[in-house]
Amino acid sequence: MKPSPFRYHAPGSLEEAVGLLASLEDSKVLAGGQSLVPLLNFRLARPAHLVDINRLPGLDRIYERDGGVAVQALVRQADALRSATLGRLCPLVPEALQHVAHQVIRNRGTVVGSIAHADPAAELPAVLLALEGEVVARGPGGERRIAAGDFFRGVLESALEPDEIATEAWFPAFTGPHGLREESRRHGDYAMAGAVRAGARLALFGVAPTPVTADPKDPARDLQPSGDIEATPEFRKHLVAVLTQDLFAA
Amino acid sequence: MIRVNGADRPLPEDPRILLSDHLRHGLGLTGTHVGCEHGVCGCCTVLLGGRPVRACLLLAVQLDGQEVTTIEGLAPDAATLHPIQQAFHECHALQCGFCTPGFLLAVKGLLDDHPDPTKSEIQEGISGNLCRCTGYANIRRAVRRAADLSRGAR
Amino acid sequence: MTTRWFGERVHRREDARLLRGAGRFTDDVGEQALEGCFVRSPYAHARVLTVDASAARRHPGVHAVYTARDLPFGERDLPLLIPHPALTHGRTQRCLAGSTVRYAGEAVAFVVADNRYVAEDAADLVEVEYEPLPVVWPLEAAAEARALVHDDVPGNVAAELTQESGDVDRALASASHRRRFRFRYERGAAAPLEARATWARWDAHEGRLTMYDSTQSPTSIRGGLAVLFGLPESSVEVIAPDVGGGFGPKIMLFYPDEILVPFAAMRLRRPVKWTEDRREHFTAVNHERGQVHEVEVGHDAAGRLLALDVDFINDAGAYTPYGIILPIITAGQIPGPYRVPSYRVRFRDLYTNATPTSPYRGAGRPHACFVMERTLDAIAADLGLAREEVRRRNLIQADQFPYEVGVAWQDGNRVVYDSGDYPGLLDKALNQLGPRPAGDHIGMGLGMYVEGTGVGPYEGAHVQVLVGGKVIASTALPTQGQAHATVFAQLVADQLGVAPDDVTVTTGDTRRFQWGVGTFASRAAVVAGNAMAVAAGMVAEKAKRIAAEHLEVDEADLELVGGQVRVKGSPDRGLPLAAVAVLSNPVRYAFGGGTEAATQFAPRPRPGPPLPAGEQPGLEATGYFSPTGSAWASGCHAAWVRVDPRTLRLEILRYVVVHDCGRVINPTVLEGQIQGGVAQGIGGAFYERLAYDAEAQLRNASFMEFLMPYATEIPDVVIDHQETPSPLNPLGVKGAGEAGVIPVGAVIASAIEEALGVSITEMPLSPLRLFELTRPPA
Repeated sequence: MKPSPFRYHAPGSLEEAVGLLASLEDSKVLAGGQSLVPLLNFRLARPAHLVDINRLPGLDRIYERDGGVAVQALVRQADALRSATLGRLCPLVPEALQHVAHQVIRNRGTVVGSIAHADPAAELPAVLLALEGEVVARGPGGERRIAAGDFFRGVLESALEPDEIATEAWFPAFTGPHGLREESRRHGDYAMAGAVRAGARLALFGVAPTPVTADPKDPARDLQPSGDIEATPEFRKHLVAVLTQDLFAA
Repeated sequence: MIRVNGADRPLPEDPRILLSDHLRHGLGLTGTHVGCEHGVCGCCTVLLGGRPVRACLLLAVQLDGQEVTTIEGLAPDAATLHPIQQAFHECHALQCGFCTPGFLLAVKGLLDDHPDPTKSEIQEGISGNLCRCTGYANIRRAVRRAADLSRGAR
Repeated sequence: MTTRWFGERVHRREDARLLRGAGRFTDDVGEQALEGCFVRSPYAHARVLTVDASAARRHPGVHAVYTARDLPFGERDLPLLIPHPALTHGRTQRCLAGSTVRYAGEAVAFVVADNRYVAEDAADLVEVEYEPLPVVWPLEAAAEARALVHDDVPGNVAAELTQESGDVDRALASASHRRRFRFRYERGAAAPLEARATWARWDAHEGRLTMYDSTQSPTSIRGGLAVLFGLPESSVEVIAPDVGGGFGPKIMLFYPDEILVPFAAMRLRRPVKWTEDRREHFTAVNHERGQVHEVEVGHDAAGRLLALDVDFINDAGAYTPYGIILPIITAGQIPGPYRVPSYRVRFRDLYTNATPTSPYRGAGRPHACFVMERTLDAIAADLGLAREEVRRRNLIQADQFPYEVGVAWQDGNRVVYDSGDYPGLLDKALNQLGPRPAGDHIGMGLGMYVEGTGVGPYEGAHVQVLVGGKVIASTALPTQGQAHATVFAQLVADQLGVAPDDVTVTTGDTRRFQWGVGTFASRAAVVAGNAMAVAAGMVAEKAKRIAAEHLEVDEADLELVGGQVRVKGSPDRGLPLAAVAVLSNPVRYAFGGGTEAATQFAPRPRPGPPLPAGEQPGLEATGYFSPTGSAWASGCHAAWVRVDPRTLRLEILRYVVVHDCGRVINPTVLEGQIQGGVAQGIGGAFYERLAYDAEAQLRNASFMEFLMPYATEIPDVVIDHQETPSPLNPLGVKGAGEAGVIPVGAVIASAIEEALGVSITEMPLSPLRLFELTRPPA
């Protein structure tokens, strides 16, 4: 399984990267690659252009701002897991990261990349939603901030325009009761269903086209999950109830 | 250029060549194996800047100026095995050997972070590599043994 | 220095190169070979109307695109390997599909290009026009036969066979207790981590074809290619180099690439290779499992079996290249270690529009074990008896061997168990299992099995002592991780009085040894192992004969110890084995290294020709072993599991295996095989599934969705041994390769049944399936 041909670009600045996305027809951003490269290998994605942002300078920091923690585009999941800043200010994020794939994948995958990829079964988008964080996007017209509630549009579909790059994810500081529970088949797999708690807020993943907020007292209400070979809609709703119960038991 | 096992080596012309293929066929380093090409099995694990990564999920051209260690670069020399290799041998932690290079480098990453790992850290550290032959029990023992050997045990 | 290596935990000889990444797997061979790629049918059943490869052929970097029309053998069906009188409607596929494709993944065209990237680009350009046909899927639909896989096979029935021993109808009629069951075992996949690969070079000057193939039978590939290409066998070399797991599907032959790759190499006058990728492996490589059983059992009030009537259908897939070995094995193995006074088994082998099936570790035995073990568990539940007690009451006893079951076996003989102690296995296993752990939703699993191993027809070995004192040995069957280079070295070392480190073993290379069958059916240690002992024994005898002449003693007074041939009781009187090797070859010229001792002017011990009549030069011998019947291994698995009642997650708390493979050559290697087999069994019982849709399309053809267990899913298995030597071979060994996997499905089902209080009659299981079983629809 080998990728189909593409032109490869490795811009040296964010402006250049955005310019490439704006000017090139059918291009995709390559960050961690842990989600994109398998799609390329399967030829499920055949972009004409790849814009590799891994060389962009000054985009690998985790820093405090505005009562929260900003995680820039090139921060690897493994580094976010170890981050003292996140551990102190927003420990839900490192906790969630322990459930993301395996260490080897986390060594290369990025926090922002996982959020921008918008896989409905992924942990980090649900964490962003539960915390009411935001994504900072840079396009040809400049920078904008997109609230988590507006960011996830559908399966693998975010609010990013084709000529925008997500440069940062911002998580509000939160040290109240929190947790992430998921039910997956093997250790590290995508979840059949998952739940994230930040205080009184509950966000679910794996049970809708995007992460969704839910009522902790009746989390499966209005849910219409899809079915696949490992879980029927009914099983997913059952798991949602179980996971939510566990999260709010303490 | 990409620095592989301490030597500068050329990059491929074609940007879509995966690092796994470039190592194996471009550079003749066939110790890195290909089991799935979607990042699940771990047979292609190499060290990038000292950290285990999947070679099948990297384009070779991405690694200009970076440092990669493959299985061929793990043993100190032709006469000596790395303690992790020695431990796998002692504990019968390999059978067909296809997954082995990937495990060895994943374990290298694990022991660099956790030189005296708990059972749970061992399990977590090897949980991203598939083996179809051994059933993992001896691999777990080998990681324990490797940790002990690395810390000077006999 | 000890001279007894049999039974020792010798460390593996083959590890160093594998640990260093210096193994040589087929895709490593390289040599600037061109690379191939298949175009495969996306439809499970379709007419192939047109194949247009013109655009693909024009693509830069493409050297050839073959379709069935382009092949001189394009209209020839691939061989049907194991014919059988009951296989009245056997069918095999063509190298490349002609007018019809019958499974999604069937090969339609083969592209050869500069590399795989370009080959895949070109494959995308091959245009195939299909006309979809009705799909026969799943197995039950094949039995209903509203559509046919092959137009000329009525009812989709490839074969039908009924066997009976005793009088089932009478026994059932008079039984005080009768129960009926239906069991369903879905197909599964071996999924070795190295997918298949082939590499070939044609040397036009020497007229020699050399192939590297990730196969479990190089000799068979060689024989078949020689016939197909009209070459003398001596001109065809096939080598199985390092192979990254076999587990059965690599014994299947011929896969289309095994013919197309050498064909392309010969046509294009360049080395050509093909390495399968993981996605195509899922549909291109044979599967197994896939049976539905209707069972009726008659027993008495004490739980003793009186009659067992089994009627099952077997999923052959779209073709039957491997004949009906699988259902024959299932039929022969259902009785297991139990006395079944009257047993009738009927099977129909049915075609479906899916990948063909052929042996995968266990090869029909897991299903057989599932049927018997679940039946016994049901009897226990009905009568309120402990599950182990019902087994005790039915086990064949230690004084009943040889035990004739009354049905046919896969080697053409009858099923006859040679030796065993089944009650002993059960007691040991329960002892090792220990008391029930504390907690809720805990269940015990129990499963016993027998396994016919060491099937013939034969294997051979060549052993030679080199003049430097080192020993080389070779056998035709190949290796996929079973440590043959170590285990066989132990056997040879014992015969020759050297250390395993002094013995270098080559396997699976027709250049070194050309007569053999293959690695499958847990036969290598038994058949090739005994051949190694025979050949090495012949070398030892010759060494004594030569040494006796030179030392002027009786052969009977000599022994081989520590690399010497020496006089018993006088360790100073002897010759190094190396010197004997020199003396075994009377030469005119001396090349140093001790050969001076053998030249024509050196003193000779006796009159007559330097090379006596009937003798050959060299300290070497070739020996064979051909078993009269299978050696029957056996075992008992027992486990404690917990099922979380809310998430339906499975937790294996303790898993115990007591295994009897006769005398054990290398306990470490054996235990590794068992642990690995149990892992595959757990994967197949609770994680792995081949998820087909109604159109027989495989929906989860990737490791992301075909869930092979990681370390986190597999516990450390507690392994204990029992040894009942086989009287059928001099070493007393029985095979062990498949033992770990055979009863695991039955054990997990049994345990989950108790833990959750639901009836389990199918494999595989999953949290979703358990959710459905525990919450029946309103």
